[in-house]
Amino acid sequence: MIFGKIVGTVVSTQMEVGIKGRKCLLVQTCNHKGEVDDDFLVAVDLVGAGVEEIVIISQGSSARQTEITHQKPVDCVIVGIVDMVEEYNQVVFKK
Amino acid sequence: MILAKVVGTVVSTRKEPKIEGIKFLLLEKINPSNMQGKADYLVAMDSVGAGLGEVVFYVAGSSSRMTATTEGKPSDATIISIVDSIDINGKYVYRKEKE
Repeated sequence: MIFGKIVGTVVSTQMEVGIKGRKCLLVQTCNHKGEVDDDFLVAVDLVGAGVEEIVIISQGSSARQTEITHQKPVDCVIVGIVDMVEEYNQVVFKK
Repeated sequence: MILAKVVGTVVSTRKEPKIEGIKFLLLEKINPSNMQGKADYLVAMDSVGAGLGEVVFYVAGSSSRMTATTEGKPSDATIISIVDSIDINGKYVYRKEKE
């Protein structure tokens, strides 16, 4: 899994039937401290994440291992909202 | 899934029999913060009827075989959505023009 920061939403009416109605968020990848880099992803939100939040993202076929995305054309899902990250006992990110 | 712009079509007459009749589009990945192309191109199968100039997102890897169009087909990139709008921090960075 990787870290990402929610930066916005992607709205679409013409969607493959398998993912119709799913909330798709625009995510900028970031490091464990929440510092963003220049790579963007569209991810299906499973946890109710909002803009500015740091989240955990699962990619690839693992993204289909949830009830909502089972056998759906999805390769990127938000599986968690990060509250805190510790590195060597130091808090490096806090919501 | 990755955002991209449809910049063309790819025509192939001699191809794997399983992918006969499937539309191939040429995509250029875009950076949504400025909506500019990244000069990074790929070929994707289309499951939603996307056309030239449209902003789409595509699914890659084994998940790209999970659509009705591509099930059991040797696809590793499939367009699954035509984007209407993108907002970043509450501001629209892209809105599709209505025909």
